[in-house]
Amino acid sequence: MVVAKKKITSNKSGKKSLSKKELIILVSTRKGAWLFHGDKKRKKWKQDGPHFLGQIINHMVLDSRDGKTLLAAASTGHLGPTLFRSTNRGRTWIEVANPPAFSKTEDGQGRSVKHTFWLTPCHENEPDTWYAGTSPQGLFRSEDGGLSWQPLASVNDDPQFRQWMGSIQDGTPDGPKLHSIIVDPRNPAHLYFAMSGGGVHESLDQGKSWKTLINGMEVVSGFDASNPMFHDPHCVRMCPSNPDRLYQQNHCGIYRIDRPSDEWTRIGKKMPKKVGDIGFPVVVHPRDADTAWVFPMDGTSVWPRTSPDGKPAVYVTRNGGKTWQRQDDGMPKEQAWWTVKRQCMTADTQKKLGLYFGTTSGELWMSRNEGNDWHCIARNLPEIYALEVAEI
Amino acid sequence: MKVLIPSPLHSYTKKNLVEATGDTLDELLNDLESQFPGIRFRVIDEQENMRPHMRFFINNEQVFDLHHRLLATDSVALVQALSGG
Repeated sequence: MVVAKKKITSNKSGKKSLSKKELIILVSTRKGAWLFHGDKKRKKWKQDGPHFLGQIINHMVLDSRDGKTLLAAASTGHLGPTLFRSTNRGRTWIEVANPPAFSKTEDGQGRSVKHTFWLTPCHENEPDTWYAGTSPQGLFRSEDGGLSWQPLASVNDDPQFRQWMGSIQDGTPDGPKLHSIIVDPRNPAHLYFAMSGGGVHESLDQGKSWKTLINGMEVVSGFDASNPMFHDPHCVRMCPSNPDRLYQQNHCGIYRIDRPSDEWTRIGKKMPKKVGDIGFPVVVHPRDADTAWVFPMDGTSVWPRTSPDGKPAVYVTRNGGKTWQRQDDGMPKEQAWWTVKRQCMTADTQKKLGLYFGTTSGELWMSRNEGNDWHCIARNLPEIYALEVAEI
Repeated sequence: MKVLIPSPLHSYTKKNLVEATGDTLDELLNDLESQFPGIRFRVIDEQENMRPHMRFFINNEQVFDLHHRLLATDSVALVQALSGG
């Protein structure tokens, strides 16, 4: 969810109230980007696109601080990566001058960015500042609204991090990723990020130094859990209503951590055994830190990463992971082999919370009532890589 | 000299044949960058290596060295690998 700063308006009685929000679903796909503009009831969606037809869009995010700037991370199968920027919510775009790129090495053997995978606007008090995570794993910062980017040497060039990152073969089939870049809303110097593979890491000094945060996280049987290299966090989210609580969907289960503890607890063990607790995304409730949603996928045998038994469902916990309930009303009851990637499930912040997910088979689904029932907004899109809901 | 541009880069050049100068392939790519900002990074990475799916032909001969010397009479072709998905 990406919420622009709220406008305060006066109603007829003179009392101040929050203005109604315009919702835009930002859909990034393997073949371009689409914007779905919703009406106030979130019942009708006007489809705008394709933007950048044919380009791989890994992530498209609204700058929540100004409510109008969009960044889109783009690449193609053949060309190098780039970023596009709009300052009018996608009506027009420019290509940025200096997209994320690793520092050049003397011997020419340094790494090169294959694509930017993740975009995070910084703290409210740092306008025009963004972080980006790339494949192969790199962390970058922009202080000019995304027009130019500087590599963070404390991660990208650190020998220990480089060891944990492994080689280009040590990540996902689409390359290793640095993702889940989180800025603490209470403190812009407090950062988290995760790597597939390479663990979860925290900084308290705006990225100058880092501490590893993997205690309690499990790894594939037979590997050393004390080595960050063997950890594969798929998605980490901070609770807006309690920034000391984070949820994590990992290659090896669903976790929760309550800071200042540095120990993750595997809350996914309470999921039904037949479903398991493997998947990619996790979504947190904006106002209730005990509520979170996951989209389980089959993690057995060769890791099909499709809805278990071909029966898709979202699972919700309303007590911090003590129990989970299935939510599948409106979804196909069988023979639906959906995959939902880590950036492809999100929520809005409306009073009746809306949930959204997109599948690799190009379907866009939503619930207007916190997952109680679901309906399809769009079909026949390309493979969906990322979803964000912009609220303006 | 004339430089043939593959269609995925026409968003920069707006046409398939452009004029550029340089004593080496590297200088020619810098000239293209000055004319069409952003184009170089799409074909040459930050380590000054040719991207895996980009090919460079000088007078119909494939060249792998950015320091390859050029003559004003040379013809240059940027070619994208002929495969996709």
